[in-house]
Amino acid sequence: MAIRERLSGNEAVAIAMRQINPDVMAAFPITPSTEIPQYFSTFVANGQVDTEFVPVESEHSAMSACVGSEAAGARTLTATSSCGLALMWEELYIAASCRLPIALACVNRALSGPININCDHSDSMGARDSGWIQIYSENNQEAYDNFVQAYRIAEHKDVRLPIMICQDGFITSHAVENINLLEDKEVKDFVGEYNPQEYLLNQEHSMAVGPYDIPAYYMEHKKQQATAMENAKQVILDVAAEFEKISGRKYGLFETYKLDDAECAIVIINSAAGTAKDAVDKLRAEGKKVGLLKIRVFRPFPAKEIAEALKNVKVLAVMDRCEGFSSQGGPLGAEVKSALYTAGSTAKVVDYIYGIGGRDVRVENIEEVYGALFDILATGNVGETYRYLSLRD
Amino acid sequence: MSSVDFINENINWKDITPGGEVYEGGTAFGFRTGDWRVSIPEYIVDKCKQCLLCTPVCPDSAIPVKDGKRADFDFDHCKGCGICAKVCPFGAIVMKKEEK
Amino acid sequence: MSNVLEIRWHGRGGQGAKTASLLLADVAFNTGKYVQGFPEYGPERMGAPITAYNRISNDPIRVHSNIYDPEYVVVVDETLLECVDVTNGLRKEGAIVINSAKTPDEIRPLLKGYEGRVYTIDARKISVAALGKYFPNSPMLAAIVKVTGIMDDESFLKEMEGSYKHKFASKPEVIEGNMQALRMSLQEVK
Repeated sequence: MAIRERLSGNEAVAIAMRQINPDVMAAFPITPSTEIPQYFSTFVANGQVDTEFVPVESEHSAMSACVGSEAAGARTLTATSSCGLALMWEELYIAASCRLPIALACVNRALSGPININCDHSDSMGARDSGWIQIYSENNQEAYDNFVQAYRIAEHKDVRLPIMICQDGFITSHAVENINLLEDKEVKDFVGEYNPQEYLLNQEHSMAVGPYDIPAYYMEHKKQQATAMENAKQVILDVAAEFEKISGRKYGLFETYKLDDAECAIVIINSAAGTAKDAVDKLRAEGKKVGLLKIRVFRPFPAKEIAEALKNVKVLAVMDRCEGFSSQGGPLGAEVKSALYTAGSTAKVVDYIYGIGGRDVRVENIEEVYGALFDILATGNVGETYRYLSLRD
Repeated sequence: MSSVDFINENINWKDITPGGEVYEGGTAFGFRTGDWRVSIPEYIVDKCKQCLLCTPVCPDSAIPVKDGKRADFDFDHCKGCGICAKVCPFGAIVMKKEEK
Repeated sequence: MSNVLEIRWHGRGGQGAKTASLLLADVAFNTGKYVQGFPEYGPERMGAPITAYNRISNDPIRVHSNIYDPEYVVVVDETLLECVDVTNGLRKEGAIVINSAKTPDEIRPLLKGYEGRVYTIDARKISVAALGKYFPNSPMLAAIVKVTGIMDDESFLKEMEGSYKHKFASKPEVIEGNMQALRMSLQEVK
């Protein structure tokens, strides 16, 4: 039976963590993810979970503790944001290359500077090449659902990779909204027990984790890691199909909204996708053929599937809530354009930097983007392909 | 089969262990660092007082101890670094050029 | 979207405007609505002007922007009228509810020509009378519930009693005071 609730995104993730009842949480507080370890440590103090909570003195130590604990054989998680994730950088790569299925709740926030604590995706986008699976969430419901699915993906024998579940800082992390929760037992049964084949604390069978890799081995290990990431795509779909059976909620690699006959479309991530859906409905009511594609899984990047979904779109805007300083746009723009080029697409594509440092994104702003796309459609002239939305000129 | 037997530079990316995991303990024993030696320690038994200061400083655990007394060097693993000779207060370890 | 009720709160850090917006979301949620309650975050500290928002709807809410043309505005601290443009974007068919000892007619000249309905409630007087301390958020919550009519007085009071029992489980002595503040506010908002 679904439990009708109203929770902030942070509460929702903390509740998913309680229902999972992991072995270890190592965390250091940072705005706006602070509430997650805060709520969770209350669950620990109340005896609602069996988790060992490890308070550390920095995120560098948080991820180090996670690496040690996961290698020891304990199901482990953490939560962080922004500069906290940046301080974990070194260990993110260690966790991935050691093939440790740690789960991380990332509450997206700008990386300073200029000093800013508000939402954008520069933190997790910066970590996109660290070897972590990245799944993004439009609202509290998706953040919860994605977290419940996280370990089934990460711990799968064909995958064995760490996983990051992202949601927008403040915009969803601190907004109380309606949500449907699963029963504790449903989550427990769905997630199951963690039984790694090999682990450091196995007295019967000793092992070594994370040895020095000389040039003769490093590439072979990286190819293996890359293959695990490719494998994750199918596992994510399989886990989503099973999740649908218990929740009734359907998830894929991405979500399309009124895309089938759309001439102009946008690709977007996280909370602004909801705002953009309202813009799509408004424009559809005016008879305009617009649609959108919302990325759920950014790592592995579902390039072929995205190119296929966008094959009928004539003009596309890729929305990047993160600068890339490539002088061409942001990271999502680069990925989507690469996917389209490989598929032989002739769609005209522009990249918008939007909403960075917490700049609010309104329905009207997204309508403005579609308006610009229709201008391109009408004139055939793409103009500047690297644009800023809601910038004071 | 022991990891040390099958992890070698001919292994392909499909067969190599994930993350370079090594599925047994004490595998350093199979790696003969003694081959690296340029200088060799000589153990002068008559001068040794069995104080055992040399044993814990050896980076390769190449000074075996049995029944509270050290024995001669394990030359399969001694790299000839000379730390033991530096710490010995009694001149019971002397470094010499190794003739191979 | 037109079927979404949008409310904007203006307060000062520490006065409970954010908490009041979350309580309002709770109340509306308990009547079966879809809700949003969220603050606008910045480097605010105690006393700094802050803004919080509510959306209330019969349908799922997807939009995640701030609110620019609210139907209702609640001002938790009268002194904000001097430094914040509280009626900015406020629809004239809507209303503004202000914590003040003044009458609506006395307040209206401070509202930059706002043509809609103006309500005032002396939350300080009510809070001090009911609780012995100044916590304006309970009276302001009752006032906005009354003005918007999102639920009738009786169901609201019933909901809030449950909510306070949960919120103040460790301080049951403040429950009755808060309930009294709500009841007085429902009567006195004008």
